Amino acid sequence: MTTTQQTFEGEILTEPVVVEREFETVDMNINVGPQHPATHGVFRMVLTVDGEIVKDAIPYIGYMHRGGEKLSENLDYRGALGYQDRTDYLAAFNSEWVYCNAVERLAGIEIPERAEYVRLILSEFNRVLSHFMFMGAFGTDVGYFGTAFTWTFKERERIQDLFEAVCGDRIMYNYFRVGGLAWEPHESFVEDSNWVLDQVEVGIADVDNLMTDNEVFVARCRDVGVMSAEEAISYGVTGPMLRASGVPFDLRVDEPYSIYDRFYWEIPIGERGDVYDRYLVRLEEMRQSVSIIRQALDQMPTSGPIVAERLPARLRPEPGEIYMRQENPRGEYGIYMVSDGTDKPWRVKMRSPCFHNLSSLRPQVVNSYLADAVVALGSIDIVLCEVDR
Amino acid sequence: MPDLVLGQFAGVDMPDWVDALLRIMFIVALMTVNAFALIYLERKILARFQARVGPTRTGPIGTLQSIADALKLVTKEDVRPSTADRWAFELAPYIAFVPVFLIFVPMPFTETWFIRDLNLGLLYVFGVLGLNIVGVIMAGWGSDNKYALLGGVRAAAQAISYEIPMLLIVVSVVMVAAGRLATDGDVSAAVSINGIVADQTTTPYILLQPLGFVIFLIGALAELHRPPFDMPIAESEVVGGYFVEYSGMRWGMFFLAEYTALFLIVLLASSIFLGGWNWPFGADVGLGLQIVLTLVKTSVMIVLVISSRALFPRLRIDQLMSFSWKVLLPFAIVQVLANGIIMAYGGPDWVVGLVSFALLLALFGLVFALTRTRKGGDTTRTIQTTPARPRVITSPEVTAVEAGGGD
Repeated sequence: MTTTQQTFEGEILTEPVVVEREFETVDMNINVGPQHPATHGVFRMVLTVDGEIVKDAIPYIGYMHRGGEKLSENLDYRGALGYQDRTDYLAAFNSEWVYCNAVERLAGIEIPERAEYVRLILSEFNRVLSHFMFMGAFGTDVGYFGTAFTWTFKERERIQDLFEAVCGDRIMYNYFRVGGLAWEPHESFVEDSNWVLDQVEVGIADVDNLMTDNEVFVARCRDVGVMSAEEAISYGVTGPMLRASGVPFDLRVDEPYSIYDRFYWEIPIGERGDVYDRYLVRLEEMRQSVSIIRQALDQMPTSGPIVAERLPARLRPEPGEIYMRQENPRGEYGIYMVSDGTDKPWRVKMRSPCFHNLSSLRPQVVNSYLADAVVALGSIDIVLCEVDR
Repeated sequence: MPDLVLGQFAGVDMPDWVDALLRIMFIVALMTVNAFALIYLERKILARFQARVGPTRTGPIGTLQSIADALKLVTKEDVRPSTADRWAFELAPYIAFVPVFLIFVPMPFTETWFIRDLNLGLLYVFGVLGLNIVGVIMAGWGSDNKYALLGGVRAAAQAISYEIPMLLIVVSVVMVAAGRLATDGDVSAAVSINGIVADQTTTPYILLQPLGFVIFLIGALAELHRPPFDMPIAESEVVGGYFVEYSGMRWGMFFLAEYTALFLIVLLASSIFLGGWNWPFGADVGLGLQIVLTLVKTSVMIVLVISSRALFPRLRIDQLMSFSWKVLLPFAIVQVLANGIIMAYGGPDWVVGLVSFALLLALFGLVFALTRTRKGGDTTRTIQTTPARPRVITSPEVTAVEAGGGD
């Protein structure tokens, strides 16, 4: 049947008018970010929602791009150290360590044992700190009104106090040097570390008690954002997210660097690959890190040099390339560096774990609830500075 | 039962309109002071939970903080988005606020202190409370903001699902009250809030309807948008929900309505379940002690409600709905049926209480079973650990390449 219908604009429609009897809904685009409480920085995603169901999610990154790689290429090998703090600002020691290790291996520098221990201890502390930050932010995403955040920040504060005592800064440490450390850690470093560890262990137990067995928390996290092992590998996901999907891959073990072969610890592995497993994996990793630090503090030589001897005033490594990768709190952080024999690297490429982890967001949130999308994003534990570099 | 006659304090006969005006002023004053006090209390309690100290700077131990906040809100610019629906946007705060204001009318503070002892007080309270949501939907729709719209729709869905079990529970409470009053008193007082309170001189109804108390409390949390049911105002999802576009005093009106509703719903719960102004052992305490008892019972429950905010994350909208429709509603219906059957056969009060308690245990058991048999079974902790395998360090080889030519 063909009917003629007059529209409000005065057009005449001669198309057959099919009246839909079914209740029709229209998809709605929601712009989440770059200023949104749940995006942890300047991340933006456009969600297409049908009521409460997310039909599509398009992430946009790049708001924080500062050209860190290019900046590092324009400075000499030592000068670029400060930029490494600013890629992953929640795990600055770890990032510095990767860079230092890369340069040292490229230039063939052996660093003294004591420096290795201090680096390892500080980096593991930084892992705990970063995971505390995750617990707090994730708790807020799930809906705790600040309790998780303040509890974890209380513990994070203690670790930051320790870092401040060691190197004078709380976030951008710039303490590692090519060939060792900037200066001796303060005299009571070992006692302070032990004290902080005691406090932190209590803090981990507190977080555990607050969140792990809370029925509402479990209901929100179980079977949300599920990612299979194959999927995780195909997206290049690393770190706790990969381990939560059941892949026992940890660079500290699978490609040991530094002195990790001297300690015994365990790698937590999830079974289902959902958000809850990621939370549990991180919780357990904090405990394991505490255990590693305790062992390292016991073994650490009490005296000795902290900088390699006879370092050249200007580093000019032989032409060559290196890819150094280490296990950061968020996954595999790598530095690919090419030397052309001058005092500046010819190319520096940072492999950022968050960038790859974030790419797995879309399949996790499509066809889930809007609230689940927020939780899934939170479970990735993104640091936008590192994604955009 | 005499109403509160304000003139009696002054010893003068006042015309009705003066009396009415004084009552309204009394409510407004009480509401404002109550909101200030509750905001301060909430901030302090949450701070204690969260290893902070809360407001300390304004006034002695921060007690004037709420007043400072209110002054700030009043002096703030009232922004209306250019694309907003003007009338819906500007009227919404008042429409959300007035119903809450009206609930004050039948609330008994002591045996003789209330604005008006309404015969159908409970019905009136729920009738008026339901209007509150109209303002919320208007705010969500009128703001022309997608987050606000989502928040408004969530609030509407939530209010519909949780008011039904709450109402059924009120029905069962009224049944119990009617049964008791039929033997020694006036049955028509069974729907009046003060009548229900007056009946609890020896037995608070929480003993007769423990299931009712629990369901009422859960419904109240949902009604008040308190965690774990705070999806309409979820910060991390819908950025504050329906009042995201509001600023200044219009936003303050929502806030005032929220805290007044908190006080009133909790006062209602403590009236119909905890015995309101009664001392539970039947002694006739004086007016002064009655108001203390009311406030103590209310305060305890307020602290309970506030602490839920510190300790619970937020449920998802579908979990909230299914919990209401699939768990709470059937239990509320069964409670009404059980009361009816027992009373039809003339069962004594303690049977009513026992059956309700058994139902409460059944509810807990069901929830426990449901959460344990969640998809994949009970395994909150499925983490396994594999021991790290120490290996020999293999340092990546430095390979020579022809680099540096391209720069």
